[in-house]
Amino acid sequence: MNHMPKLNLPTMNRRAFVIGTAAVGSGLALGLDIPFGGPAAVRAADGSPEVNAWVVIQPDDTVVIRIARSEMGQGTLTGLAQLVAEELECDWSKVTTEFPSPGQNVARKRVWGDFSTGGSRGIRTSQDYVRKGGAAARVMLIEAAANEWKVPAAECIAANSVITHQPSGKTTTFGKVAEAAAKLTPPADVKLKDPKDWKLAGKGLKRLDTPDKVVGKTVYGIDVKLPGMLNAAIKDCPVTGGRLKSYDEAKIAGMKGVKKVVKVGDTAVAVVADTFWHAKTALDALPIVWDEGENAKVSSASIAKWLSEGLEGGQAYVGNSNGDVNTALAGAVKKVEAVYSYPYQNHAAMEPLNATALYTQDKCEVWCGTQNGEAAFAAVLEASELPADKCDVHKLMLGGGFGRRGQTDYVRQAVLIAKQMPGTPIKLLWTREEDMTHGRYHPITQCKMTAGFDADNNLTALHMRVSGQSIQFTLRPEGLINGMDPSTFQGLAPKGDATFGYSVPNLLIDHSMRNPHIIPGFWRGVNVNHNALYVESFMDEMAHAVSQDPLEFRRKLMKDHPKNLAVLEAVAEKIGWGKPAPQGVYRGLAQYMGFGSYVAAAAEISVTDGSKVKVLRIVAATDPGYAVNPAQIERQVAGSFVYGLTGLFYGGCTVKDGAIEQTNFDTYNSMRINEMPKVEAIVMPSGGFWGGVGEPTICVAAPAVLNAYFAATGKRIRSVPLRDQNITFA
Amino acid sequence: MANLTINGKSIDIDVEADTPLLWAIRENAGLTGTKYGCGIAQCGACTVHIDGEAMRSCGVMVSDAVGKQITTIEGLAGNGALHKVQQAWINNDVPQCGYCQSGMIMAVAALLKDKPKPTDQDIDDAITNICRCGTFQQVREAIHAAANA
Repeated sequence: MNHMPKLNLPTMNRRAFVIGTAAVGSGLALGLDIPFGGPAAVRAADGSPEVNAWVVIQPDDTVVIRIARSEMGQGTLTGLAQLVAEELECDWSKVTTEFPSPGQNVARKRVWGDFSTGGSRGIRTSQDYVRKGGAAARVMLIEAAANEWKVPAAECIAANSVITHQPSGKTTTFGKVAEAAAKLTPPADVKLKDPKDWKLAGKGLKRLDTPDKVVGKTVYGIDVKLPGMLNAAIKDCPVTGGRLKSYDEAKIAGMKGVKKVVKVGDTAVAVVADTFWHAKTALDALPIVWDEGENAKVSSASIAKWLSEGLEGGQAYVGNSNGDVNTALAGAVKKVEAVYSYPYQNHAAMEPLNATALYTQDKCEVWCGTQNGEAAFAAVLEASELPADKCDVHKLMLGGGFGRRGQTDYVRQAVLIAKQMPGTPIKLLWTREEDMTHGRYHPITQCKMTAGFDADNNLTALHMRVSGQSIQFTLRPEGLINGMDPSTFQGLAPKGDATFGYSVPNLLIDHSMRNPHIIPGFWRGVNVNHNALYVESFMDEMAHAVSQDPLEFRRKLMKDHPKNLAVLEAVAEKIGWGKPAPQGVYRGLAQYMGFGSYVAAAAEISVTDGSKVKVLRIVAATDPGYAVNPAQIERQVAGSFVYGLTGLFYGGCTVKDGAIEQTNFDTYNSMRINEMPKVEAIVMPSGGFWGGVGEPTICVAAPAVLNAYFAATGKRIRSVPLRDQNITFA
Repeated sequence: MANLTINGKSIDIDVEADTPLLWAIRENAGLTGTKYGCGIAQCGACTVHIDGEAMRSCGVMVSDAVGKQITTIEGLAGNGALHKVQQAWINNDVPQCGYCQSGMIMAVAALLKDKPKPTDQDIDDAITNICRCGTFQQVREAIHAAANA
């Protein structure tokens, strides 16, 4: 099995990542160093004055709010606009938004800060400086009006885009003074509102991007049209680490619409044609020979064997420990053990990956949906070999991202193709099959849990050993600390934004890193998905092993974790935990912390013939600290059960001959409306911190349902997906 | 060359007869509201109406659509007013990423034509589109809202 650790690092990722890391690391500094405009008015493309980088006000009072983060369905576009508008005191009905480009950001010394949109950070790591941007613009607009009236600014207030001089009752509008405001020196500091005084933020306002989405007007990357544009279809080597050996272009010569066949890097081939359909049809007919290399020997079975060898002893990185687990386990009156596993998962965003590139000798532009505009920009620089001032990325709406569009492999490919056809815009679109088989998969892991109890059935020791893949090892080696990937302990760590929610007298949580060649990625929820499944399933197992109620068992371990306990108790109370369930209905619980937020779920299910599961009802609680748009939080929470339970029931990508076997939704299914449980979301912001919302809840979906399944059947499921165990939705 | 009638307009397009209707709509007619999701009629993102019936356009050849009335998301609204399903989608803030929602809306519009007051079971039976964001709860609420509009 020596071939296992062989890795093929995509050449692009490292450089893209350097920019990404810089962005994360400098987040706070950026917040304090946002240039709020300047003496000379900066103008938007239409000539309207920029009050500052975040706010453009047009003469008709339209407020254009710049959104640096990406919108992929999670609602950040609307939430960030609410935060700016709250401080700006503008008329919400006049708000529109636009995405500044990464090239503009670089040219303006990163005035908009970090563009990356992952880790449920869209709001929580930019809320401070976007609110300051809105507040500074308000101060400048008021000052401009006061100057015009020759009155003290302190006598003027702004509300609903109207500035009023209170003593005289004189009024003007933002649109009338924006030009003058844009020339003022920005305030050195601004005071932000206490969230309890919010009027727009904190409310479940409707999304700003809905009207275009219901009439087919929204332009996603796949919809880009440029004059003279051609379309490309691509096939990359099915086995990561393999190479393109040869292809027989003569066999498709004369096929309709075909313009060119090009090699893309060392591993892929693309057909460029007038339409995508022609490009794809010709590519399917193109004979291709791959050199699949050593990794073609790898299978799911060989990976599983390798990972299982990491469950016992050997070298492992310690992520959390206290007391002396080995001694405590040796002295335990009762021991409980269990081994779990969690598979590769594909993001499978509804919009297959795509990017459109236009390359000329002195310029390279890309149009695409990306979760990380600056990483995409870095990919354009590297692939085009042009300097930053000759490149740009135009960000479009994303037809889903879920972490996949934070990577830039598809952007690089588009540029490499366009480079071979200078002056012609090329839209590269992946087929669903390419998307399924060339993912950046949720990392594969196994886990062994060992618990020790004293004579009074108190938990005295817990050893959690995870064996498996590190995302950072492949995508972001700069994030490793002495070889350890700290993010593998997401939801298991003693401190940070994803801490372990239990206190155990003797605790050891360690990780044996094993990195198969399948490239891992940040799959919505990331490492808490498997970590929560292991911890929360085993909590249930331990409780039953000592004949205790799973809620009471957890409660004893959560005295020092009041916020975790609060969400757990909220779902328990609402689902009726401790009271009889309707006949044939069984319940399960789970809680976790991830991305700075506390989440819990309670599930009610029924099971027929031991194999047909109906998920009847979910109660889910979230404490994100502050809730900027509760209606969108409810939608993220409900949607999280579709993503999480799809992963549990239908997911799982398997490896055969080194390649991913699942190719489309017929082999990698996704939940439909008839399988959707009723989700009752409890949004319970307790204040004082900013947590994320898009990802944390996914991780409690599977364990809550699996614990209910045990309650229903007495059978413990310790591996995913359920389809492999002939368990399906009823 | 084929002549198609899309959203009430006759259009001559230069495609082979076996081209999937999806690509003729997107690439030749230039109507990009209809989305590609899987190409094998699994996900429903490409759903359009053909003679009033919801069909997955990736699985329909152009030759089979000739002479029929094709309606895409761009043609669903009539006389300047949104279709009641589109209006319910706005009122209930249904879309998240929104990519699958053109197809979802077309499927729901066809359902409501057949069953003006669908039950939850009717919805479960008829609406089989994939939504990876998982906005099904809002879809169901909005269908009932549209039915009662």
